Amino acid sequence: MGHNLLARRGWLGRCAAISMAVLLVTACGGSAASPSSGPITLHALFMKQAAYSEQDVKAMTDAFTAANPNVTVVPEYVAYDALHDKIVTDQVGGSGQYDIVLMDAIWPAEFAQAGIVTDITSKIPAEFKKGVFESAWTAANYQGKTYGVPWINDSKFFLFNKKMLADAGITAPPKTWDEVVTDAKAIKDKGLAKFPMVGSWKQAEAVICDWVQLAAAFGMTEFVDADGKALFNTGGGLKALQFMKKLLDDGLMNPASLGFNEDDVNATVSAGQAAMALNWTYGYAVMNDAKQSKVAGQVDVVGSPGQGDVATSGVNGGMALAVTKGSKHPDEALAYALSIASQKSQELNTTLAFPMWTASFDNPELTKSNPSFWAAAKTQFSGLVARPVVPYYTKLSNALQVAIQEALQGKVTPEEALNGVAAKLPDLQK
Amino acid sequence: MDAPVRARISRARTRPWPETWVAAAFIAPAAIVIVLVVLVPLARAAWMSLFDIALIRPGDEPFVGLGNYIDQLTSPDFWAAVWRSLYFTIASTSLELLLGLALALLMDQPLRGRWLLRTLIILPWALPTIVNALMWRWIDNAEYGALNALLTQLGLLDDYKVWLSNSDLAMWMVIIADVWKMTPLVAILILAALQSVDRELVEVAKVDGASSLQAFQRIVLPLLTPVILIVLVLRTMEAFKVFDIIWIMTGGGPANSTQTIAIYAYQTAFQGYDFGAGAALGYLIALIIMALAAVYLRLLGRTGRV
Repeated sequence: MGHNLLARRGWLGRCAAISMAVLLVTACGGSAASPSSGPITLHALFMKQAAYSEQDVKAMTDAFTAANPNVTVVPEYVAYDALHDKIVTDQVGGSGQYDIVLMDAIWPAEFAQAGIVTDITSKIPAEFKKGVFESAWTAANYQGKTYGVPWINDSKFFLFNKKMLADAGITAPPKTWDEVVTDAKAIKDKGLAKFPMVGSWKQAEAVICDWVQLAAAFGMTEFVDADGKALFNTGGGLKALQFMKKLLDDGLMNPASLGFNEDDVNATVSAGQAAMALNWTYGYAVMNDAKQSKVAGQVDVVGSPGQGDVATSGVNGGMALAVTKGSKHPDEALAYALSIASQKSQELNTTLAFPMWTASFDNPELTKSNPSFWAAAKTQFSGLVARPVVPYYTKLSNALQVAIQEALQGKVTPEEALNGVAAKLPDLQK
Repeated sequence: MDAPVRARISRARTRPWPETWVAAAFIAPAAIVIVLVVLVPLARAAWMSLFDIALIRPGDEPFVGLGNYIDQLTSPDFWAAVWRSLYFTIASTSLELLLGLALALLMDQPLRGRWLLRTLIILPWALPTIVNALMWRWIDNAEYGALNALLTQLGLLDDYKVWLSNSDLAMWMVIIADVWKMTPLVAILILAALQSVDRELVEVAKVDGASSLQAFQRIVLPLLTPVILIVLVLRTMEAFKVFDIIWIMTGGGPANSTQTIAIYAYQTAFQGYDFGAGAALGYLIALIIMALAAVYLRLLGRTGRV
């Protein structure tokens, strides 16, 4: 409701902007003012949890405002669950207050089509094009154009309890999903864990992330073709779902995973009840934190296993900073985004998030904290895969979540589940 | 009191407002609030339900007439959600009624410490729904929940069950949580009615040779019928539009097995941003609830005449 109201606000906003502009021009005696000469306030919308803390953002912002004393940045933080709705409700009608918003990897298509974010393809400096992992841009691209500056880089890593693996006689962490199955069986047979694996397979975005990561390992490169036809119901997408079902059927995956989110995965591994899991970067710190984990110090990490020709795969869980269409200071907003996404800024604090600059991974000062994790991340970040890049992503994701759960519960076969969503695609695109 | 004030008062006394004006003036503030917060949004939602409105597509909102309603009424997802709501409603309401009646009969007995029993029984109802839902989500947790621990320790269960992650069990788990919370209300309402039943009638029946069960069936139960029907109307309408307890416990999953109609409407409007369809769904839910209420009220009218 209230779209007229929003439109009216947009109209009022434009009137106000025009009168302000007229006032400015008359005040300057007709001479055009340079856009950044007067004091400017930028409103930025960030996410509360994960990756950078509010202190980190403040430090990054301070560096920018020190160099641009006429700009004040007002950051605002909301929970991830509120971020998408906050951006949409604020920006629809083009009258939002935010100049810069944090955009999840699954939103560029939707936001670009709704005219919420600005195309910055031509304004990206060469050093960003060269220095940032190529696959990190998939978090900000739609139809060949770039709508944001990658800022948070994340993917799901393979975390394992090295003590349990050693107790089961396993000498090296698995490199393929076939090896994962073999190792899980060994752990189960030794009675080290009733369910050696755990996953965040709740009816939520979490299950899509795991499925996409597996689908990529099983050879899927695109989910929907250029004509909007489904590709996910054959090949890697189908193999991944069959693989997930088999893990459950063989008792290798904890059946409670169907109700688990990422925090539950951390809790299960931390309680010593599972030996192997996929999770985001932060999981490694949680599982090794003596305050929260019974197995602190035992959990190690490697790049996500591959299968066949695919060496590794990682779902792109990155987020980008996008300049809104409604921003009155788009140039300053972009300058701010580029500043806090710069290599220097990203290297300020690498405890909770990896930088997205390739050079950072060769900097021994940074990697010495945990060389194996940095090495794993470097491999995985070069092979990130995006979740389906379509403007109707939310609807597609919801349909896939239900279908995947139905298949995992054994209500339908994996083929039937995915074919069902494929058949519904024309409806979802409406 | 000075003279001008007295003069004003006497003028006011001599020319009083007509009574209807006074009444209108008193009602006006409440009426204005109701118009603004109830009638205007209702009318707006009705208007919106005739358009294809997607928040994410501003400015492109074609008129579709009854298209949103037809889409929903022909959608298997809609009917699946309606069926789940009915299932939840019938199961939870009948359990609450049976247990509530039993508890009311128990509390009606001249037991010692009856006041304590009454206080304890009302406690679940005093908890906010969100707290209750969070509590049951913990109890039902597959790994560290109390339910698995209790049942395995009692030897009733060999293996931990994944109560909320199993699409066959999840609906029953939310039904149990709802019954736990709402039974006390039903019990208290029935208890109030029980206490107004004339004991002498029961005594007379017993003197005439009726057993306790017969006396209950033939005398007490018919007298309780009106209140039972009221409870049924209230609980059916509440249960049919259940949202919070399910949203917290399962979010409508797994595999949509607890996606009731209110959750379906919420997901359509606020996750799919399909506000036209969301508004239409709101009206369809209201229609179904009104139909249910009409059936009950007819029944109630009939028993009232008995």
